[in-house]
Amino acid sequence: MASLPASARRARDAFERRSERVPYRLKLGLVWLGILGVMALWFLSYGFDTEFMLEWAPYILGGVGITLFVCIASIVLATTLALFGALGRLSGNPLFNGVASFYVSFIRGTPLIVQIFFVYLAFPQLARFAPEYMSGFFLLDAIPAAILALGVNYGAYMTEIFRAGIQSVGHGQIEAAHALAMSATQTTRRIVLPQAMRVVIPPVGNEFIAMLKDSALVSFIGAADLFFRASKVGQQNFRALETLVIAAAVYWFLTSVFSFFQTRLERKMGRGYVRERSHGH
Amino acid sequence: MATEVIRVENLDKRYGALEVLRNVSLSVTKGEVVVLFGRSGSGKSTLLRCINFLEEPTAGIIDVGGVRMEVGPALRARREQINQIRRRCGMVFQEFNLFPHLSVLENVIEAPCTVKGESRKVASDRARELLARVGLEEKADEYPIRLSGGQKQRVAIARALAMQPDIMLFDEPTSALDPELIGEVLSAMRDLAKDGMTMVVVTHEMGFAREVANRMVFMHEGELIEDGPPSRVINSPSDERTRRFLEAVL
Repeated sequence: MASLPASARRARDAFERRSERVPYRLKLGLVWLGILGVMALWFLSYGFDTEFMLEWAPYILGGVGITLFVCIASIVLATTLALFGALGRLSGNPLFNGVASFYVSFIRGTPLIVQIFFVYLAFPQLARFAPEYMSGFFLLDAIPAAILALGVNYGAYMTEIFRAGIQSVGHGQIEAAHALAMSATQTTRRIVLPQAMRVVIPPVGNEFIAMLKDSALVSFIGAADLFFRASKVGQQNFRALETLVIAAAVYWFLTSVFSFFQTRLERKMGRGYVRERSHGH
Repeated sequence: MATEVIRVENLDKRYGALEVLRNVSLSVTKGEVVVLFGRSGSGKSTLLRCINFLEEPTAGIIDVGGVRMEVGPALRARREQINQIRRRCGMVFQEFNLFPHLSVLENVIEAPCTVKGESRKVASDRARELLARVGLEEKADEYPIRLSGGQKQRVAIARALAMQPDIMLFDEPTSALDPELIGEVLSAMRDLAKDGMTMVVVTHEMGFAREVANRMVFMHEGELIEDGPPSRVINSPSDERTRRFLEAVL
């Protein structure tokens, strides 16, 4: 450093002084814009067909509804399963605990794509052994099958998240509730779970965002989601770059929006844990 | 005249090979303030926690206000009885154990609403009275994290009182507090004693004991060594171990 000539050092110092006045976030934004600009130029130079994109965008975007529906329904199912799974894993009852730990072990030990195919393709084979009124459960259309598989799969992973959340609630809380004559059920429902939720919300948000992306797997059983439409149109017209860029952009947009809401929800759940006055009314 | 409200008979508590309580018997009458003291590990907190079954005794009998519990039969059948005892005993913990996700008022009304099925309105009115009594009515809508230790402990007292207990159990209520905050908690406890509340207090505050307690009970290595009025226990302890402990703390 010391070997730098005085004039160069002065120029560097002046540059750094000016640079300090530019907000850091603005610099970050410029780097992002730069990367996007380079990618756009690169694609365009290879004959990126924007007209084709505009023509097919509405059809591809029509898959967003299915993607979101599958994700939301799956996360609801997963959350329910995870809650019971966690209570089972923490239960002293060997039946509940056994069922829950088997569920977690089996589901986490097999690939999601296998589970999706299993529900869609293998269940129908079981239908003939099931009583008439139950056969509907084994003969699922692509979307219900996708929801069942994704929900059951994420439920197993989220069981561990919920379990950690419940265990993070201090023993003193449970004792205080018991000393107030609250029953075990009341203590769980009123004291433990609300506090566990606060711990659980951020990782569940991450799971939901992961699910937005994993939901693309349902296209393999023919559910016409975002990725299914993008890859179908792309393959048929030899324009996979264009359609996949659309799909990627939409996934990225969706995950960004959900990240934003997740942050706000986290802040809201932090009430009672932050010393600053966070509620100004 | 003196009605017995707590009766502990021949209580044993063991954790594996470790004997925490050995053949402890204790009787508390209505309106009495009993201070349990002794070295840490002497079993005083365990004894207190056995009274409302936060600890399950290994052997013996506990009778709170006529609900008599003999150690032995399956816990399940006794849940109802244990809850009856817990309704009669308010408890205040060293670490406050306020519910951090609930506001001060919600902390106080939680058990009356959930356990007794009181309406929010009725419970809130009484909660505000209780908070006023411990000098915290203006903190009703705050969350516990915004309170000082002394304020937290006073909320904890109000929360316990909201269940309208006959007895209050205090487990080292000032041990987690900064010295300058101890006074406000002790003064809330003093007021409570003045109103005739039956109290069992585990504490190292000898000044409070001398002034407020009717009886002082010294425990040593799981045994009840000495039991008498503060003047006698402090000034002329009958047991050598009590004398030595008092010399160390006074």
